Amino acid sequence: MFVFLNIENKISKHHPKPSNTLASNIKTRSGTPPESKLYMEKKTINRRGFILKTGVGVGVLLGVGVVACGSLRRTIAQKVDEGAAGFKNEYEAYIWFQLQPDGRMILHSPKVEMGQGIFTALAQIAAEELEMDFKNIKVVHATTNHGPIDALSTGGSLTIPSLYQPLRELASTMREMIKINGAKLMDVPVNTLTVKNSEVIGAKATITFAEIATKSTEWNLKIENLVLKSKKDFTVIGKPIPRIDLVPKVIGETLFGIDSTFPGMLFGSVARAPVFGAVFKNAEAGAAKNMPGVVKVIIEESFAGVVAESRVQAEVAKKALKINWIMPDKLVQQADVDSLVKVGVGKDVIIQKEGNTDLSHDEGTFTKEYYSPLGAHAQIEPNGSAAFYQDGKVVVKMSTQVAKITREEVAKALKIEAENVDIQSQYLGGGFGRRLQTSHAIEAALMSKSVGKPVHVFFERSEEFQNGVLRPPTHNVLKAKLDANGTIEALEHHTASADVAFNSAILANIFKPLSSSLAESVVGADFGAWRGGMIQYKKIKNYSTTAYHKELPFKTSWWRGLGLLANTFAIESFMDELAHHSKQDPLAFRLKHLPDDEKGRSIKNVLNSVCEKAGWGKSLPEGRGMGLACSIDVNTPVAQIAEVEIKNGQIKVKKVTCAIDPGMIINPDGVRAQTEGAIIMGLSATLFEEVRVKDGLATPNAFGHYAMAYLRDSPEIDVVLLASGENPRGVGEPPIGPIGAAIANAVFNLTGKRVNRIPLQSHFS
Amino acid sequence: MKIDFIINGIPKTVNVPENMPLLWVVRDLLDMKGTKFGCGQAACGACTLHIDGDAIRSCSFAAQYAQGKHITTIEGLSSGEKLHPVQQAWIEEIVPQCGYCQPGFMMSVANLLDKIPNPTDEEIDDNITNICRCGTYYRMRKAIHRAAEIKKGNRG
Repeated sequence: MFVFLNIENKISKHHPKPSNTLASNIKTRSGTPPESKLYMEKKTINRRGFILKTGVGVGVLLGVGVVACGSLRRTIAQKVDEGAAGFKNEYEAYIWFQLQPDGRMILHSPKVEMGQGIFTALAQIAAEELEMDFKNIKVVHATTNHGPIDALSTGGSLTIPSLYQPLRELASTMREMIKINGAKLMDVPVNTLTVKNSEVIGAKATITFAEIATKSTEWNLKIENLVLKSKKDFTVIGKPIPRIDLVPKVIGETLFGIDSTFPGMLFGSVARAPVFGAVFKNAEAGAAKNMPGVVKVIIEESFAGVVAESRVQAEVAKKALKINWIMPDKLVQQADVDSLVKVGVGKDVIIQKEGNTDLSHDEGTFTKEYYSPLGAHAQIEPNGSAAFYQDGKVVVKMSTQVAKITREEVAKALKIEAENVDIQSQYLGGGFGRRLQTSHAIEAALMSKSVGKPVHVFFERSEEFQNGVLRPPTHNVLKAKLDANGTIEALEHHTASADVAFNSAILANIFKPLSSSLAESVVGADFGAWRGGMIQYKKIKNYSTTAYHKELPFKTSWWRGLGLLANTFAIESFMDELAHHSKQDPLAFRLKHLPDDEKGRSIKNVLNSVCEKAGWGKSLPEGRGMGLACSIDVNTPVAQIAEVEIKNGQIKVKKVTCAIDPGMIINPDGVRAQTEGAIIMGLSATLFEEVRVKDGLATPNAFGHYAMAYLRDSPEIDVVLLASGENPRGVGEPPIGPIGAAIANAVFNLTGKRVNRIPLQSHFS
Repeated sequence: MKIDFIINGIPKTVNVPENMPLLWVVRDLLDMKGTKFGCGQAACGACTLHIDGDAIRSCSFAAQYAQGKHITTIEGLSSGEKLHPVQQAWIEEIVPQCGYCQPGFMMSVANLLDKIPNPTDEEIDDNITNICRCGTYYRMRKAIHRAAEIKKGNRG
């Protein structure tokens, strides 16, 4: 049974009206803002549908879908920069509650758990309004055959900010429905009842959720005057409850995508392109078909591989396939990459402009350049899928950040309807953007169809490097002119990168209603690449940011924080250089250029907090340097101070102090964990990580050779949590912003040597 | 070839190619998924298990050498309902994020504490060389010291 309930505009606080500052600032190269009707639209239309499913023995299922139009069209650029609950266009995030006969609640999450702690936060938000013990809420990944699912992705630090309000409304509705049925069963008026700890309580009697679930035959969706709990009454939200998946992960019980199985499953191995740019032409089975354990040699339109009884047999046999690759005219080299990703090369778009900033011919202009290399996601769980095709339908169990896109891609490859593809998301062994590309699901599904049995396919680690996607390199040029008082008169920022959001399936989904040319006129530049690239020092009278984009001859894409780490490394290293150049304190120098608006104040706030906590300006032990940096991403300001020492040519980050203000905090321990993790991942990228291209190959292509942070490289981390808002903002990515510059600035403070190129360690050993 | 071993206290016999990595014997044949595949080159430690009291990276350990040995995996680290001190400490410090690398780390740390019951920070740095991409190292170090305390019986 389906019942739709329209509760339009009943509670719509979760779409804060964005200030329209950026829209007028975005200009195309010709200097005029795009004049489209869509672009000018300001009104946010907010529609929401509640769906009810009931059935014998399952209790009750209640779901909510969020569909809103308008906000995206206004300006996607602003949305990306400010985060918030944006991206509502064509965006269906269905959350389902399932009240079980035992009184416990299952929450089917449209967003996936990849370590960021969202299952815990979602359960807390739900428990608060449901008036249930947190322990009685179980969170599972929604499967795609359960109805519409998140059309975008899990990422962008958007899960909690976008689901906070709809989830509260859904939970509140569910609680009222339970209460109404409790009233009927007890035969008392609803308004005499309260709900607490999974019980509906009356003056004379109480009834449990379990009893209501088993005895109810009808559910009433028409809830009048839904009132959400006020913040001061929260008892679950804001508590540092240990994460919901903690014990299963500690006893080794949690199953990840690559762990997926089906009874009687076989193992597939796919031949992947030997160099960048090589395209599959055709193949012959050769000796492979007679090798031990081989069940079938698979030759499809787009790939060839082997299905065998064990994965080792499949791997060995694959090497015997005779494959014709269409090779590129020329093998890509690092020099090609360096020359393509360069300020001045490729399509340029002004993404921010205030006043006049043409400093190219100005005498006394202070100019610096910064670089970051290609990088790998290096999530520890390689991508893998188990697929089972039967009777025109396929089930795929896997790790994916884009279940809906994966589903559509599999359907297309198998030439079946999307409804016949069920993507069952599992826990992700790290995401970081790597699981936006899920070709292995197609491979497993096609192989399963071909052999008529379930097949498991996965990426070898070397294939993760060579045949996955890489984080694009960046080049930033910053120019500034100081007046006699050491105040910046004009600041120019030029940022160059390869594809991040461009050429991604997600982008196509965001812009589905728009033509591609219009999309380009709205966005212009690759918004993923310039994330973190906007100048926030808006007290400066003249400033601008120009983004340059050039596609590389291999795939690059999203990485944790997109361009945030590299752009902040450039801007905040430059601010430090300017401060030292003009003999000013780096903290005071930053503060005096930040505006007094809300955003500016929030950055000042984290700067002051972190400096107070770390003792900015105190005398340091011999051999230690201190560096400061800040950023704001998805409206979450972060400031960090790194303390470094150098021993035997090795940069050692001894301590990082961090102040972060994510608005409202659902789980302080979760925010701390994400902050610590982002700092360590960012430190790893800043000090060690680099992929270079040689003869069409990503090098290195193995752990151990690809230098990353180990336990020995981890600093002490002190996180100061500020919570200044009414609603939660993003947390997963913002704290990766300042770490690169904070470390580089500390190295300068210690040695007097300015390193303008990530990875920093390569300039010392 | 036929290989006999005892895994988490249970005798098993498998028939596999002699050079098949022990990791795939455990994961694919015995269907125990707690031991993880990360790199296949003994570089990340996600596949760490114990063989006769040593921490071994099972992705690079040929099955034939497990003949007659005692193997312990994450599933067998606790004794019945009672968690191993390392697992207890991991819970108290809320170490895991995505959790994928954690069984390997816990197996490595459990073995370290068997050999060095009260490791210094330097001994931890030298001996725990697994990779965690979520960046849980800061909590891990605290958990390792805490596990050493629990194991000594100072508490818990």
